[in-house]
Amino acid sequence: MSTLIRLRKGLNIKLAGKAEKILLPEVPETRFGVRFADFPGLVARLDVKEGDKVMCGSVLFHDKAFPEIKYVSPVSGVVRKIIRGEKRVLTEVVIGQEGSEKIDFGSAAPLSLAREQVKEKLLNSGMWPVLRQRPYHIVARPDIVPRDIFISVFDTAPLAPDLDYVMSNTHGSYLQTGIDALSRLTDGKVHLSQDAEGTRVAEIKNLRNVEFHRFSGPHPAGNVGVQIHHIAPVCRGEVVWTLDVQDVIAIGRLFATGFYDRERIIALAGPGVLNRKYHRTRPGASVAGILKGKLAEGNLRVISGNVLTGKKISTEGSLGFYDNMITVIPEGDYHEFMGWAAPGLKKFSYWRAFVSKLLPKKEYILDTNLHGGHRAFVVTGDYENVLPMDIYPVYLLKAILAGDIELMENLGIYEVAEEDFALCEYIDPSKTEIQEIIRSGINLMIKEMN
Amino acid sequence: MSFLLDKMKKIEPLFKKGGRFEKLYSFYEGFASFLFVPDKVTTKGSHIRDHMDMKRTMTVVIIALMPALLFGCYNIGLQHTRAFGLNDWPVIQMFLFGFIKLLPMIIVSYLVGLGIEFIAAQIRGHEISEGYLVTGMLIPLIMPVDVPLWMLAISVAFAVILGKEVFGGTGMNILNPALTARAFLFFSYPGRMSGDKVWIEGLTKGGGPDGFSGATPLALARLDGFDQMPSPMEMFVGTIPGSVGETSVVAILIGAFILLLTGVGSWRIMLSMTLGALGMGLLLNAVGGNEYTQIPAYYHLIMGGFAFGTVFMATDPVTAAQTNTGKYIYGALTGIMVVIIRVFNPAYPEGTMLAILLMNVMAPLIDHYVVNASIRRRLKRGRRV
Repeated sequence: MSTLIRLRKGLNIKLAGKAEKILLPEVPETRFGVRFADFPGLVARLDVKEGDKVMCGSVLFHDKAFPEIKYVSPVSGVVRKIIRGEKRVLTEVVIGQEGSEKIDFGSAAPLSLAREQVKEKLLNSGMWPVLRQRPYHIVARPDIVPRDIFISVFDTAPLAPDLDYVMSNTHGSYLQTGIDALSRLTDGKVHLSQDAEGTRVAEIKNLRNVEFHRFSGPHPAGNVGVQIHHIAPVCRGEVVWTLDVQDVIAIGRLFATGFYDRERIIALAGPGVLNRKYHRTRPGASVAGILKGKLAEGNLRVISGNVLTGKKISTEGSLGFYDNMITVIPEGDYHEFMGWAAPGLKKFSYWRAFVSKLLPKKEYILDTNLHGGHRAFVVTGDYENVLPMDIYPVYLLKAILAGDIELMENLGIYEVAEEDFALCEYIDPSKTEIQEIIRSGINLMIKEMN
Repeated sequence: MSFLLDKMKKIEPLFKKGGRFEKLYSFYEGFASFLFVPDKVTTKGSHIRDHMDMKRTMTVVIIALMPALLFGCYNIGLQHTRAFGLNDWPVIQMFLFGFIKLLPMIIVSYLVGLGIEFIAAQIRGHEISEGYLVTGMLIPLIMPVDVPLWMLAISVAFAVILGKEVFGGTGMNILNPALTARAFLFFSYPGRMSGDKVWIEGLTKGGGPDGFSGATPLALARLDGFDQMPSPMEMFVGTIPGSVGETSVVAILIGAFILLLTGVGSWRIMLSMTLGALGMGLLLNAVGGNEYTQIPAYYHLIMGGFAFGTVFMATDPVTAAQTNTGKYIYGALTGIMVVIIRVFNPAYPEGTMLAILLMNVMAPLIDHYVVNASIRRRLKRGRRV
């Protein structure tokens, strides 16, 4: 068995509302959407206009810098609306589902193909954006051969789905095909990280052409960025790729059947939902059907993704391109009398300044209140405690705020993504928008390096 | 509490932009958020945030200061009765006497300091920062009881404006503001900050028995040799002359316990500073030199402002070293400096204040080297691959 890498730093947030391990079938949805915010740094060129008929796999838009990277429709239907935000910035392409026509990209055994042919298939079919690269945590550049490819098969985020359960209910037979395709794309290895006990899914255990690793410890041990840091960190000039394990299946399915089909299993979780289960759906599908009749009373926030890194969506909004869960929590738009002075029996906290620290209570309901106002950085030494990397978070943040490219490089900007800093943001008593700062630093690097 | 909330919301427009009192918005916001945690929700990044905020962090420190403050009140009364031979005062009277003496100092400190903070926040368009809640409590506790209130007011203004606000406010300052206030008075009005009169209420105004010395143990050790000093037990309990809050090591240790239990104070700094001072003391015991080097090393931990400085001053997260490795170095060097200044500098019997201020200035340098070590590790890794 692979060696175990023990991580001590981090924090498991005891949020109430885990999903029960019951899998519900896909609810037919009529509204699908592809959101541009899921692809930070992307400058898109539209290939469709409102009213166009599309098939599953038809190109909706492409990358301006790399026109070969295409983003395709997850279903067949009609482009209902192209939503733009402030300054006409593209927000979402909405598709009304109609019919079931899909483009056949042709099946092939990946091991019999050359690297260029594998790449071409992924690019043409619109499957390419499931590959993301470090540095920068953006859609992978097709002109660079990655040093390695990393996949995490466990998720430690609050209320995250049990990926073992998910994988044992998907088409595991496509996994090996997906891994074969990936192994064609790199000269290095395909690394697969599991939790301490290791996976119990036979299809994963028996995979060939991969290197296994095991990690123990609290969140963010399941973050692929943290795993890379401990397996083989990204140095200046190197590029590695990462992808979601369910997308390995989607790639496998593409090669086996020839169709673009990212069907996946997601968890519906959080204290704002009454009936929490696992659902079959696909990225882009509206969450309306899944949420129907399950929401609790009161003012709620629906999040595509987990509570630390997900995006706020409406009750009809669509599942994000990379997300594997929907979380619903209460909004925190209330005033609390002298809340800062209360003993905090029912308040979960990283800090020991709350009585709840002494209680063995397992779960807490957390809401979206900021619990304080913005301040300058004051406390020290605690951000490091929730970031299991050899990185000084506050120094990196200050280098970003100062726009000091060389210092950002030296302090590790190539290794990080905003998700790795989500816990720093959660515990911060100064309420700094840390993830936003990290992304702005990454954007600055991309601009300066090109 | 809903009527209070309604009232608050009703007057809010007056303080908003265009309202009659828009210049007092930071004042309004400060009080409103003191009464009610605002209804602000997360808009970007993590959807949930910890309940911890600056107000709570600072409140913990203030609670930790309470034992030292209460004992300080009692000790003011106690020292007064000893100097003036008032042997029949009960404890409660001593306490009240001290409390009445200390209260105006606290009020002046908060009025002047928070006033400046409100103005600074309004000018910058920021929310009021809670840092001064702690500083404002610390300042009276590190002053001699007989310091005139106007001097206190000037020192507070100096510390808040030049020690903190010119750098950008709480979180940006280089020197510990409370110690800046004390150092300002120490060098501007040395006669009111040292000697054998200022530590006991009433002595500077004349009166008091002839020949009574209200000198602190540190001064006694220097002037009369350390056989004249109070017993270690007295110094530990704190029934000796000195700055208001610094005398009782017991009360300060209770505060330290609270800070360490809640994780608000850095154990790394407290531990390394204590070990640094003890180590330096032992070294001087072994080497010898002047009479002062012969003071038992552990005396350095219980006399003067060492305990108070270690627990409440050196641990200020903004002005201390910020990296964990840096904290060990910073603490140890501060402890060593305290003893060096005490023993080898004839002008200042007390070294804690100066040692901490000096190390405040050095802290960024220490961090610089610690962070550079991390950078070198990263670069080396890059070359290897």
